[in-house]
Amino acid sequence: MADRAEPGAGQAAEIVFDHVTKHYAGRRAAAVNDLSLTIPAGEICVLVGPSGAGKTTAMKLVNRLIDFDEGDIRIDGRSVRDLNEVELRRGIGYVIQQIGLFPHMTVGDNVAVVPRLLGWPKQRVRDRVLELVELVGLEAGDRDRYPSQLSGGQRQRVGLARALAADPQVMLMDEPFGALDPITRNRLQNELLRLHEVERKTIVFVTHDIDEAIKLGDRIAILREGGVLAQYDTPDAILASPADEFVASFVGADRGLKRLALRRLSEIELESPNGTLDDAPRTTAETTLRDALSLMLTEGAESLVVVDAAGEPEGVLSIHRVSRLLAET
Amino acid sequence: MTGGGPVIPNFGEGSHCVTHNDLFCTDWFTQNWSGVLQPALVQHVELTAKAVAIGFGIAFVAAVAARRLRFVETPFSLFSAFVYTIPSLALFQLLIPITGLTDTTVEIALVGYTLLILFRNILAGLRGVPPDVLESARGMGLTSTQILWRIELPLALPSIVAGIRIAVVSTISLATIAAFVRPVGLGHPIFDAIQDNIFKTELLAAGGLAVALAFVADILLVLTQRVLTPWSHARHA
Repeated sequence: MADRAEPGAGQAAEIVFDHVTKHYAGRRAAAVNDLSLTIPAGEICVLVGPSGAGKTTAMKLVNRLIDFDEGDIRIDGRSVRDLNEVELRRGIGYVIQQIGLFPHMTVGDNVAVVPRLLGWPKQRVRDRVLELVELVGLEAGDRDRYPSQLSGGQRQRVGLARALAADPQVMLMDEPFGALDPITRNRLQNELLRLHEVERKTIVFVTHDIDEAIKLGDRIAILREGGVLAQYDTPDAILASPADEFVASFVGADRGLKRLALRRLSEIELESPNGTLDDAPRTTAETTLRDALSLMLTEGAESLVVVDAAGEPEGVLSIHRVSRLLAET
Repeated sequence: MTGGGPVIPNFGEGSHCVTHNDLFCTDWFTQNWSGVLQPALVQHVELTAKAVAIGFGIAFVAAVAARRLRFVETPFSLFSAFVYTIPSLALFQLLIPITGLTDTTVEIALVGYTLLILFRNILAGLRGVPPDVLESARGMGLTSTQILWRIELPLALPSIVAGIRIAVVSTISLATIAAFVRPVGLGHPIFDAIQDNIFKTELLAAGGLAVALAFVADILLVLTQRVLTPWSHARHA
Protein backbone atom coordinates (compact mmCIF):
# COMPACT_ATOMS: atom_id res chain seq x y z
CA MET A 1 0.00 0.00 0.00
CA ALA A 2 2.86 2.36 0.76
CA ASP A 3 3.75 2.86 -2.88
CA ARG A 4 0.16 3.77 -3.75
CA ALA A 5 -0.17 7.47 -3.05
CA GLU A 6 -3.90 7.37 -3.64
CA PRO A 7 -6.33 4.99 -5.26
CA GLY A 8 -6.29 5.00 -8.99
CA ALA A 9 -3.64 7.62 -9.58
CA GLY A 10 -1.68 7.49 -12.76
CA GLN A 11 -1.57 4.66 -15.25
CA ALA A 12 -4.58 3.19 -16.97
CA ALA A 13 -5.69 -0.19 -15.73
CA GLU A 14 -7.08 -3.32 -17.34
CA ILE A 15 -10.70 -4.11 -16.46
CA VAL A 16 -11.87 -7.72 -16.41
CA PHE A 17 -15.49 -8.82 -16.21
CA ASP A 18 -15.35 -12.41 -15.03
CA HIS A 19 -18.68 -14.26 -15.42
CA VAL A 20 -20.60 -11.37 -13.87
CA THR A 21 -24.32 -11.75 -13.27
CA LYS A 22 -26.79 -9.26 -11.84
CA HIS A 23 -30.44 -9.96 -11.07
CA TYR A 24 -32.78 -7.21 -9.93
CA ALA A 25 -35.15 -8.28 -7.21
CA GLY A 26 -38.59 -9.15 -8.53
CA ARG A 27 -37.52 -9.62 -12.14
CA ARG A 28 -37.10 -12.97 -13.76
CA ALA A 29 -34.65 -12.06 -16.48
CA ALA A 30 -31.13 -11.12 -15.48
CA ALA A 31 -30.04 -7.54 -16.08
CA VAL A 32 -26.51 -8.72 -16.79
CA ASN A 33 -26.04 -12.37 -17.62
CA ASP A 34 -22.71 -14.17 -17.23
CA LEU A 35 -20.78 -11.28 -18.74
CA SER A 36 -17.11 -11.97 -19.42
CA LEU A 37 -14.87 -9.53 -21.20
CA THR A 38 -11.45 -8.00 -20.84
CA ILE A 39 -10.83 -4.33 -21.55
CA PRO A 40 -7.13 -3.74 -22.15
CA ALA A 41 -5.54 -0.86 -20.26
CA GLY A 42 -5.89 2.49 -21.98
CA GLU A 43 -8.62 1.45 -24.42
CA ILE A 44 -12.11 2.78 -24.93
CA CYS A 45 -14.68 0.00 -24.63
CA VAL A 46 -18.17 0.97 -25.73
CA LEU A 47 -21.10 -0.95 -24.29
CA VAL A 48 -23.91 -0.71 -26.79
CA GLY A 49 -27.28 -2.34 -27.22
CA PRO A 50 -31.02 -1.72 -27.16
CA SER A 51 -32.70 -0.55 -23.96
CA GLY A 52 -33.07 -3.37 -21.50
CA ALA A 53 -29.76 -4.86 -22.56
CA GLY A 54 -28.18 -3.98 -19.24
CA LYS A 55 -25.42 -1.76 -20.56
CA THR A 56 -25.77 0.93 -17.91
CA THR A 57 -26.16 -1.71 -15.24
CA ALA A 58 -22.99 -3.41 -16.42
CA MET A 59 -21.14 -0.10 -16.23
CA LYS A 60 -22.38 0.72 -12.76
CA LEU A 61 -21.19 -2.65 -11.49
CA VAL A 62 -17.64 -1.41 -11.99
CA ASN A 63 -17.86 1.37 -9.39
CA ARG A 64 -20.39 -0.59 -7.36
CA LEU A 65 -23.22 1.89 -7.67
CA ILE A 66 -24.92 -1.44 -8.30
CA ASP A 67 -23.65 -4.63 -6.70
CA PHE A 68 -23.38 -7.81 -8.74
CA ASP A 69 -24.63 -11.20 -7.57
CA GLU A 70 -22.12 -13.57 -9.11
CA GLY A 71 -18.72 -13.48 -10.70
CA ASP A 72 -16.12 -10.78 -10.22
CA ILE A 73 -14.86 -7.55 -11.71
CA ARG A 74 -11.17 -6.81 -11.45
CA ILE A 75 -9.39 -3.54 -12.09
CA ASP A 76 -5.67 -3.98 -12.50
CA GLY A 77 -6.03 -7.48 -11.09
CA ARG A 78 -7.81 -6.35 -7.93
CA SER A 79 -11.42 -7.23 -7.27
CA VAL A 80 -13.63 -4.17 -6.91
CA ARG A 81 -15.01 -5.88 -3.84
CA ASP A 82 -11.66 -5.71 -2.08
CA LEU A 83 -11.84 -1.96 -1.80
CA ASN A 84 -14.11 0.17 0.31
CA GLU A 85 -16.72 1.43 -2.17
CA VAL A 86 -16.08 5.11 -1.42
CA GLU A 87 -12.35 4.66 -1.98
CA LEU A 88 -13.02 2.67 -5.14
CA ARG A 89 -15.22 5.40 -6.60
CA ARG A 90 -12.71 8.15 -5.88
CA GLY A 91 -10.33 6.29 -8.14
CA ILE A 92 -12.82 6.04 -11.01
CA GLY A 93 -13.97 8.99 -13.11
CA TYR A 94 -17.74 9.10 -13.54
CA VAL A 95 -19.66 11.01 -16.20
CA ILE A 96 -23.42 10.78 -16.74
CA GLN A 97 -25.78 12.10 -19.38
CA GLN A 98 -27.48 14.57 -17.05
CA ILE A 99 -23.96 15.60 -16.02
CA GLY A 100 -24.94 16.15 -12.39
CA LEU A 101 -22.72 19.17 -11.80
CA PHE A 102 -23.14 20.59 -8.31
CA PRO A 103 -25.18 23.75 -8.99
CA HIS A 104 -24.02 25.51 -5.82
CA MET A 105 -20.35 25.17 -6.67
CA THR A 106 -18.38 27.08 -9.27
CA VAL A 107 -16.82 25.24 -12.18
CA GLY A 108 -13.46 25.27 -10.37
CA ASP A 109 -14.95 23.84 -7.18
CA ASN A 110 -16.82 21.16 -9.12
CA VAL A 111 -13.59 20.02 -10.74
CA ALA A 112 -11.77 20.15 -7.41
CA VAL A 113 -14.21 17.90 -5.52
CA VAL A 114 -12.37 14.59 -5.72
CA PRO A 115 -8.83 15.99 -5.37
CA ARG A 116 -9.98 17.75 -2.20
CA LEU A 117 -11.62 14.58 -0.90
CA LEU A 118 -8.28 12.88 -1.46
CA GLY A 119 -6.57 15.60 0.55
CA TRP A 120 -4.40 17.07 -2.17
CA PRO A 121 -2.47 20.20 -1.14
CA LYS A 122 -4.16 23.46 -2.18
CA GLN A 123 -1.62 24.47 -4.77
CA ARG A 124 -1.77 21.08 -6.46
CA VAL A 125 -5.56 21.25 -6.62
CA ARG A 126 -5.39 24.74 -8.10
CA ASP A 127 -2.85 23.71 -10.74
CA ARG A 128 -4.79 20.61 -11.70
CA VAL A 129 -8.08 22.52 -12.02
CA LEU A 130 -6.49 25.10 -14.31
CA GLU A 131 -4.82 22.39 -16.37
CA LEU A 132 -8.09 20.48 -16.82
CA VAL A 133 -10.30 23.47 -17.52
CA GLU A 134 -7.98 24.35 -20.38
CA LEU A 135 -7.60 20.75 -21.48
CA VAL A 136 -11.34 20.36 -22.03
CA GLY A 137 -11.48 23.58 -24.02
CA LEU A 138 -12.81 26.05 -21.47
CA GLU A 139 -11.18 29.30 -20.41
CA ALA A 140 -9.40 29.96 -17.14
CA GLY A 141 -12.04 32.58 -16.31
CA ASP A 142 -14.78 29.96 -16.52
CA ARG A 143 -13.55 28.51 -13.23
CA ASP A 144 -15.49 31.16 -11.31
CA ARG A 145 -18.76 30.66 -13.14
CA TYR A 146 -21.68 28.59 -11.89
CA PRO A 147 -23.07 25.67 -13.91
CA SER A 148 -26.29 27.60 -14.54
CA GLN A 149 -24.23 30.13 -16.49
CA LEU A 150 -22.93 27.54 -18.97
CA SER A 151 -24.34 25.99 -22.13
CA GLY A 152 -25.09 22.26 -22.28
CA GLY A 153 -21.89 21.54 -24.16
CA GLN A 154 -19.79 23.57 -21.73
CA ARG A 155 -21.38 21.76 -18.82
CA GLN A 156 -20.45 18.38 -20.18
CA ARG A 157 -16.89 19.65 -20.68
CA VAL A 158 -16.87 20.49 -16.98
CA GLY A 159 -18.29 17.02 -16.30
CA LEU A 160 -15.38 15.53 -18.21
CA ALA A 161 -12.83 17.70 -16.42
CA ARG A 162 -14.33 16.78 -13.06
CA ALA A 163 -14.16 13.08 -13.84
CA LEU A 164 -10.53 13.39 -14.92
CA ALA A 165 -9.55 15.56 -11.96
CA ALA A 166 -7.91 13.03 -9.67
CA ASP A 167 -6.18 11.31 -12.58
CA PRO A 168 -8.21 8.09 -12.31
CA GLN A 169 -7.11 4.84 -13.93
CA VAL A 170 -10.60 4.19 -15.17
CA MET A 171 -13.44 6.36 -16.48
CA LEU A 172 -17.09 5.36 -16.67
CA MET A 173 -19.24 7.35 -19.07
CA ASP A 174 -22.99 6.81 -19.26
CA GLU A 175 -24.35 8.30 -22.52
CA PRO A 176 -22.45 11.49 -21.78
CA PHE A 177 -23.32 13.16 -25.07
CA GLY A 178 -26.86 11.80 -25.42
CA ALA A 179 -28.61 15.04 -24.52
CA LEU A 180 -26.53 17.33 -26.72
CA ASP A 181 -27.40 18.65 -30.17
CA PRO A 182 -25.71 16.80 -33.06
CA ILE A 183 -23.09 19.47 -33.74
CA THR A 184 -22.03 19.82 -30.11
CA ARG A 185 -22.13 16.07 -29.72
CA ASN A 186 -19.85 15.53 -32.69
CA ARG A 187 -17.44 18.15 -31.42
CA LEU A 188 -17.32 16.62 -27.96
CA GLN A 189 -16.81 13.14 -29.40
CA ASN A 190 -13.76 14.46 -31.22
CA GLU A 191 -12.58 16.19 -28.05
CA LEU A 192 -12.93 12.97 -26.12
CA LEU A 193 -10.75 11.15 -28.64
CA ARG A 194 -8.20 13.96 -28.42
CA LEU A 195 -8.35 13.90 -24.61
CA HIS A 196 -7.89 10.17 -24.69
CA GLU A 197 -4.61 10.68 -26.51
CA VAL A 198 -3.43 13.01 -23.75
CA GLU A 199 -4.88 11.29 -20.68
CA ARG A 200 -4.83 7.64 -21.59
CA LYS A 201 -7.52 6.16 -19.36
CA THR A 202 -9.37 2.91 -19.68
CA ILE A 203 -12.85 4.10 -20.56
CA VAL A 204 -16.12 2.21 -20.32
CA PHE A 205 -18.55 4.17 -22.47
CA VAL A 206 -22.26 3.39 -22.63
CA THR A 207 -24.40 4.43 -25.58
CA HIS A 208 -27.35 3.18 -27.59
CA ASP A 209 -26.00 4.85 -30.72
CA ILE A 210 -24.06 2.40 -32.87
CA ASP A 211 -22.45 5.21 -34.87
CA GLU A 212 -21.09 6.75 -31.69
CA ALA A 213 -19.84 3.32 -30.65
CA ILE A 214 -18.05 2.80 -33.96
CA LYS A 215 -16.52 6.25 -33.84
CA LEU A 216 -15.24 6.15 -30.27
CA GLY A 217 -14.64 2.51 -29.45
CA ASP A 218 -11.34 0.69 -29.63
CA ARG A 219 -13.62 -2.23 -28.87
CA ILE A 220 -17.36 -2.59 -28.85
CA ALA A 221 -19.38 -4.90 -26.66
CA ILE A 222 -22.83 -5.43 -28.13
CA LEU A 223 -25.34 -6.53 -25.54
CA ARG A 224 -28.76 -7.95 -26.24
CA GLU A 225 -31.87 -8.03 -24.10
CA GLY A 226 -31.37 -9.90 -20.86
CA GLY A 227 -27.82 -8.64 -20.52
CA VAL A 228 -26.24 -11.24 -22.78
CA LEU A 229 -23.05 -10.35 -24.62
CA ALA A 230 -23.74 -10.80 -28.33
CA GLN A 231 -20.32 -9.83 -29.66
CA TYR A 232 -17.16 -8.21 -28.36
CA ASP A 233 -14.59 -7.09 -30.87
CA THR A 234 -13.07 -4.12 -32.67
CA PRO A 235 -15.50 -1.97 -34.68
CA ASP A 236 -13.91 -3.15 -37.91
CA ALA A 237 -14.25 -6.83 -37.04
CA ILE A 238 -17.86 -6.42 -35.92
CA LEU A 239 -18.80 -4.58 -39.10
CA ALA A 240 -16.91 -7.06 -41.28
CA SER A 241 -18.38 -10.16 -39.67
CA PRO A 242 -21.29 -9.74 -37.30
CA ALA A 243 -21.61 -12.75 -35.02
CA ASP A 244 -25.30 -13.31 -35.70
CA GLU A 245 -28.54 -11.86 -37.08
CA PHE A 246 -29.06 -9.69 -34.01
CA VAL A 247 -25.68 -8.00 -34.33
CA ALA A 248 -26.08 -7.65 -38.09
CA SER A 249 -29.42 -5.90 -37.74
CA PHE A 250 -28.16 -3.80 -34.84
CA VAL A 251 -25.17 -2.46 -36.75
CA GLY A 252 -27.42 -1.85 -39.74
CA ALA A 253 -27.66 -2.82 -43.37
CA ASP A 254 -25.11 -0.13 -44.23
CA ARG A 255 -22.39 -1.81 -42.20
CA GLY A 256 -20.17 -1.91 -45.27
CA LEU A 257 -20.31 1.85 -45.55
CA LYS A 258 -19.77 2.26 -41.83
CA ARG A 259 -16.71 0.11 -42.14
CA LEU A 260 -15.38 2.31 -44.91
CA ALA A 261 -15.77 5.29 -42.59
CA LEU A 262 -13.27 3.70 -40.21
CA ARG A 263 -10.39 3.82 -42.70
CA ARG A 264 -8.60 6.72 -44.24
CA LEU A 265 -6.94 6.77 -47.64
CA SER A 266 -3.60 7.16 -45.87
CA GLU A 267 -4.06 3.71 -44.35
CA ILE A 268 -4.42 1.77 -47.60
CA GLU A 269 -2.16 1.03 -50.47
CA LEU A 270 -2.96 3.18 -53.46
CA GLU A 271 -2.46 2.37 -57.13
CA SER A 272 0.22 4.35 -58.87
CA PRO A 273 -1.03 7.25 -60.95
CA ASN A 274 -0.92 6.37 -64.65
CA GLY A 275 -2.79 7.44 -67.73
CA THR A 276 -4.73 10.61 -68.04
CA LEU A 277 -6.63 11.39 -64.87
CA ASP A 278 -7.16 15.07 -65.41
CA ASP A 279 -10.93 14.75 -65.09
CA ALA A 280 -10.82 12.56 -61.98
CA PRO A 281 -11.90 14.16 -58.68
CA ARG A 282 -9.13 14.91 -56.23
CA THR A 283 -8.92 14.55 -52.50
CA THR A 284 -6.35 14.27 -49.70
CA ALA A 285 -5.10 11.21 -47.86
CA GLU A 286 -6.99 12.30 -44.73
CA THR A 287 -10.31 11.48 -46.40
CA THR A 288 -12.13 8.38 -45.19
CA LEU A 289 -12.87 5.62 -47.68
CA ARG A 290 -16.55 6.30 -47.21
CA ASP A 291 -16.21 9.94 -48.20
CA ALA A 292 -13.94 8.97 -51.09
CA LEU A 293 -16.57 6.55 -52.38
CA SER A 294 -19.25 9.17 -51.99
CA LEU A 295 -17.11 11.62 -53.96
CA MET A 296 -16.70 9.15 -56.84
CA LEU A 297 -20.43 8.42 -56.89
CA THR A 298 -21.44 12.07 -56.90
CA GLU A 299 -18.87 12.94 -59.56
CA GLY A 300 -19.77 9.93 -61.68
CA ALA A 301 -16.12 8.92 -61.73
CA GLU A 302 -14.67 5.41 -61.45
CA SER A 303 -11.54 6.55 -59.68
CA LEU A 304 -10.05 9.50 -57.88
CA VAL A 305 -6.63 10.98 -57.39
CA VAL A 306 -5.16 11.32 -53.94
CA VAL A 307 -3.05 14.44 -53.70
CA ASP A 308 -0.62 15.70 -51.08
CA ALA A 309 -0.67 19.10 -49.42
CA ALA A 310 1.03 20.69 -52.44
CA GLY A 311 -1.57 19.24 -54.81
CA GLU A 312 0.84 16.69 -56.33
CA PRO A 313 -0.73 13.27 -57.06
CA GLU A 314 0.24 10.53 -54.58
CA GLY A 315 -1.84 7.72 -55.96
CA VAL A 316 -5.11 6.60 -57.39
CA LEU A 317 -8.10 4.87 -55.84
CA SER A 318 -10.64 3.11 -58.01
CA ILE A 319 -14.18 2.13 -57.16
CA HIS A 320 -13.26 -1.52 -57.81
CA ARG A 321 -10.46 -1.32 -55.29
CA VAL A 322 -12.97 -0.10 -52.67
CA SER A 323 -15.27 -3.03 -53.23
CA ARG A 324 -12.30 -5.47 -53.12
CA LEU A 325 -11.19 -3.91 -49.80
CA LEU A 326 -14.64 -4.48 -48.32
CA ALA A 327 -14.64 -8.09 -49.43
CA GLU A 328 -11.41 -8.74 -47.53
CA THR A 329 -11.99 -9.46 -43.87
CA MET B 1 -54.29 42.02 38.20
CA THR B 2 -51.88 44.33 36.46
CA GLY B 3 -49.12 43.23 38.78
CA GLY B 4 -48.04 46.76 39.55
CA GLY B 5 -47.19 47.42 35.95
CA PRO B 6 -45.68 50.86 35.86
CA VAL B 7 -47.49 52.14 32.89
CA ILE B 8 -51.18 51.67 33.29
CA PRO B 9 -52.47 55.16 33.40
CA ASN B 10 -55.77 55.86 35.01
CA PHE B 11 -56.05 58.67 32.57
CA GLY B 12 -55.71 61.06 35.48
CA GLU B 13 -52.00 61.72 35.24
CA GLY B 14 -49.52 62.51 32.56
CA SER B 15 -49.72 64.74 29.58
CA HIS B 16 -52.85 66.00 27.97
CA CYS B 17 -52.44 63.41 25.28
CA VAL B 18 -52.25 60.57 27.78
CA THR B 19 -55.12 61.71 29.93
CA HIS B 20 -57.30 62.06 26.86
CA ASN B 21 -56.14 58.68 25.55
CA ASP B 22 -55.34 60.08 22.13
CA LEU B 23 -54.32 57.75 19.34
CA PHE B 24 -50.57 57.96 19.90
CA CYS B 25 -48.63 59.93 22.52
CA THR B 26 -44.98 60.34 21.62
CA ASP B 27 -44.12 61.62 25.07
CA TRP B 28 -45.43 58.43 26.69
CA PHE B 29 -43.52 56.35 24.16
CA THR B 30 -40.18 58.06 24.88
CA GLN B 31 -40.74 58.03 28.64
CA ASN B 32 -41.51 54.33 28.70
CA TRP B 33 -39.11 53.12 26.02
CA SER B 34 -36.24 52.07 28.27
CA GLY B 35 -38.42 50.97 31.20
CA VAL B 36 -41.15 49.04 29.41
CA LEU B 37 -40.97 48.72 25.66
CA GLN B 38 -37.30 47.99 25.10
CA PRO B 39 -37.10 45.19 27.71
CA ALA B 40 -40.30 43.70 26.29
CA LEU B 41 -38.83 43.85 22.79
CA VAL B 42 -35.62 42.16 23.89
CA GLN B 43 -37.59 39.45 25.69
CA HIS B 44 -39.68 38.99 22.58
CA VAL B 45 -36.61 38.51 20.42
CA GLU B 46 -35.27 35.99 22.93
CA LEU B 47 -38.55 34.06 23.07
CA THR B 48 -38.71 33.88 19.29
CA ALA B 49 -35.06 33.04 18.71
CA LYS B 50 -35.10 30.29 21.31
CA ALA B 51 -38.32 28.77 19.98
CA VAL B 52 -37.22 28.79 16.35
CA ALA B 53 -33.75 27.50 17.22
CA ILE B 54 -35.07 24.59 19.25
CA GLY B 55 -37.83 23.92 16.74
CA PHE B 56 -35.28 23.94 13.95
CA GLY B 57 -33.07 21.48 15.79
CA ILE B 58 -35.92 19.03 16.25
CA ALA B 59 -37.35 19.48 12.76
CA PHE B 60 -33.88 19.18 11.22
CA VAL B 61 -33.10 15.87 12.88
CA ALA B 62 -36.56 14.57 11.99
CA ALA B 63 -36.30 15.71 8.36
CA VAL B 64 -32.83 14.24 7.85
CA ALA B 65 -34.06 11.00 9.41
CA ALA B 66 -37.15 11.04 7.18
CA ARG B 67 -34.98 11.62 4.13
CA ARG B 68 -33.04 8.48 4.84
CA LEU B 69 -35.78 6.38 6.46
CA ARG B 70 -39.13 6.93 4.83
CA PHE B 71 -41.16 5.49 7.70
CA VAL B 72 -40.19 8.42 9.93
CA GLU B 73 -42.05 10.92 7.80
CA THR B 74 -45.69 10.06 8.44
CA PRO B 75 -45.61 9.86 12.24
CA PHE B 76 -43.66 13.10 12.60
CA SER B 77 -45.82 14.83 10.02
CA LEU B 78 -48.98 13.76 11.80
CA PHE B 79 -47.62 14.77 15.19
CA SER B 80 -46.48 18.22 14.09
CA ALA B 81 -49.70 18.81 12.14
CA PHE B 82 -51.71 17.80 15.20
CA VAL B 83 -49.82 20.22 17.45
CA TYR B 84 -50.28 22.93 14.85
CA THR B 85 -54.05 22.56 14.95
CA ILE B 86 -54.38 23.02 18.72
CA PRO B 87 -55.53 26.57 19.50
CA SER B 88 -52.68 28.35 21.24
CA LEU B 89 -54.61 29.35 24.34
CA ALA B 90 -55.81 25.78 24.74
CA LEU B 91 -52.26 24.50 24.38
CA PHE B 92 -51.05 26.85 27.13
CA GLN B 93 -53.91 25.61 29.35
CA LEU B 94 -52.96 22.02 28.64
CA LEU B 95 -49.35 22.64 29.55
CA ILE B 96 -49.83 24.70 32.71
CA PRO B 97 -50.72 21.69 34.92
CA ILE B 98 -47.49 20.03 33.78
CA THR B 99 -44.95 22.81 33.51
CA GLY B 100 -46.70 25.58 35.44
CA LEU B 101 -46.72 29.30 34.72
CA THR B 102 -43.15 29.25 33.47
CA ASP B 103 -41.05 30.16 30.47
CA THR B 104 -40.87 26.45 29.74
CA THR B 105 -44.61 26.36 29.11
CA VAL B 106 -44.29 29.28 26.73
CA GLU B 107 -41.35 27.81 24.86
CA ILE B 108 -42.87 24.34 24.52
CA ALA B 109 -45.94 25.84 22.90
CA LEU B 110 -43.97 28.15 20.60
CA VAL B 111 -41.60 25.36 19.57
CA GLY B 112 -44.59 23.11 18.88
CA TYR B 113 -46.00 25.54 16.37
CA THR B 114 -42.74 25.83 14.39
CA LEU B 115 -42.30 22.09 13.86
CA LEU B 116 -44.74 21.52 11.03
CA ILE B 117 -43.49 24.37 8.86
CA LEU B 118 -39.81 23.72 9.48
CA PHE B 119 -40.07 19.95 9.04
CA ARG B 120 -41.98 20.21 5.78
CA ASN B 121 -39.65 22.83 4.32
CA ILE B 122 -36.42 21.11 5.30
CA LEU B 123 -37.67 17.80 3.96
CA ALA B 124 -38.95 19.39 0.73
CA GLY B 125 -35.56 21.08 0.31
CA LEU B 126 -33.68 17.83 0.78
CA ARG B 127 -36.02 15.99 -1.58
CA GLY B 128 -35.68 18.75 -4.16
CA VAL B 129 -32.02 17.99 -4.83
CA PRO B 130 -31.92 16.69 -8.42
CA PRO B 131 -31.33 12.92 -8.65
CA ASP B 132 -28.51 13.36 -11.18
CA VAL B 133 -26.64 15.54 -8.69
CA LEU B 134 -26.96 12.84 -6.06
CA GLU B 135 -25.94 10.13 -8.49
CA SER B 136 -22.82 11.94 -9.57
CA ALA B 137 -21.97 12.71 -5.94
CA ARG B 138 -22.24 9.03 -5.07
CA GLY B 139 -20.37 8.01 -8.19
CA MET B 140 -17.53 10.36 -7.31
CA GLY B 141 -17.09 8.72 -3.94
CA LEU B 142 -18.69 11.12 -1.47
CA THR B 143 -19.90 9.37 1.67
CA SER B 144 -23.55 9.82 2.63
CA THR B 145 -22.53 12.24 5.40
CA GLN B 146 -20.53 14.29 2.92
CA ILE B 147 -23.45 14.23 0.51
CA LEU B 148 -25.74 15.55 3.26
CA TRP B 149 -23.49 18.41 4.39
CA ARG B 150 -21.83 19.39 1.15
CA ILE B 151 -24.54 18.75 -1.41
CA GLU B 152 -28.03 18.27 -0.01
CA LEU B 153 -28.09 20.93 2.70
CA PRO B 154 -26.57 23.75 0.65
CA LEU B 155 -28.99 23.00 -2.16
CA ALA B 156 -31.91 22.79 0.28
CA LEU B 157 -31.03 26.20 1.77
CA PRO B 158 -33.57 28.28 -0.16
CA SER B 159 -36.38 25.99 0.96
CA ILE B 160 -35.03 25.82 4.52
CA VAL B 161 -34.73 29.59 4.80
CA ALA B 162 -38.24 29.97 3.40
CA GLY B 163 -39.43 27.73 6.25
CA ILE B 164 -37.47 29.67 8.85
CA ARG B 165 -38.97 32.94 7.60
CA ILE B 166 -42.52 31.67 8.04
CA ALA B 167 -41.64 30.16 11.41
CA VAL B 168 -40.01 33.37 12.68
CA VAL B 169 -42.82 35.65 11.56
CA SER B 170 -45.55 33.41 12.95
CA THR B 171 -43.65 32.88 16.21
CA ILE B 172 -43.20 36.64 16.67
CA SER B 173 -46.94 37.02 16.30
CA LEU B 174 -47.78 34.04 18.47
CA ALA B 175 -45.32 34.99 21.23
CA THR B 176 -47.49 37.97 22.17
CA ILE B 177 -50.00 35.48 23.56
CA ALA B 178 -47.28 34.13 25.84
CA ALA B 179 -48.12 36.99 28.19
CA PHE B 180 -51.18 34.96 29.03
CA VAL B 181 -48.83 32.63 30.93
CA ARG B 182 -45.92 34.87 31.89
CA PRO B 183 -45.46 38.65 31.80
CA VAL B 184 -42.76 38.48 29.13
CA GLY B 185 -42.38 39.85 25.65
CA LEU B 186 -44.38 42.46 23.78
CA GLY B 187 -47.54 40.66 24.75
CA HIS B 188 -47.13 42.01 28.27
CA PRO B 189 -47.61 45.72 27.43
CA ILE B 190 -50.33 44.71 24.95
CA PHE B 191 -52.21 42.85 27.68
CA ASP B 192 -51.73 45.79 30.02
CA ALA B 193 -53.06 48.17 27.42
CA ILE B 194 -56.30 46.28 26.95
CA GLN B 195 -57.05 45.59 30.61
CA ASP B 196 -59.84 48.05 31.38
CA ASN B 197 -60.09 50.87 29.00
CA ILE B 198 -57.94 50.38 25.99
CA PHE B 199 -54.83 52.54 26.29
CA LYS B 200 -54.28 53.29 22.63
CA THR B 201 -50.70 54.52 22.78
CA GLU B 202 -49.39 51.45 24.55
CA LEU B 203 -51.37 49.07 22.37
CA LEU B 204 -50.12 50.72 19.19
CA ALA B 205 -46.55 50.98 20.45
CA ALA B 206 -46.23 47.35 21.53
CA GLY B 207 -48.25 45.97 18.62
CA GLY B 208 -46.32 48.14 16.18
CA LEU B 209 -43.03 46.94 17.62
CA ALA B 210 -44.10 43.32 17.09
CA VAL B 211 -44.98 44.04 13.47
CA ALA B 212 -41.73 45.95 12.93
CA LEU B 213 -39.75 43.13 14.51
CA ALA B 214 -41.36 40.62 12.15
CA PHE B 215 -40.50 42.81 9.15
CA VAL B 216 -36.90 43.34 10.19
CA ALA B 217 -36.37 39.66 10.98
CA ASP B 218 -37.80 38.68 7.61
CA ILE B 219 -35.59 41.13 5.72
CA LEU B 220 -32.51 39.96 7.61
CA LEU B 221 -33.31 36.35 6.70
CA VAL B 222 -33.75 37.22 3.04
CA LEU B 223 -30.40 39.02 3.03
CA THR B 224 -28.73 36.11 4.82
CA GLN B 225 -30.07 33.73 2.19
CA ARG B 226 -28.74 35.90 -0.62
CA VAL B 227 -25.29 35.84 0.95
CA LEU B 228 -25.42 32.09 1.55
CA THR B 229 -26.68 31.11 -1.91
CA PRO B 230 -24.67 33.12 -4.42
CA TRP B 231 -25.31 30.49 -7.11
CA SER B 232 -29.06 30.99 -7.10
CA HIS B 233 -28.81 34.51 -8.45
CA ALA B 234 -25.69 34.16 -10.60
CA ARG B 235 -26.38 35.95 -13.83
CA HIS B 236 -26.01 34.46 -17.24
CA ALA B 237 -22.91 35.95 -18.67
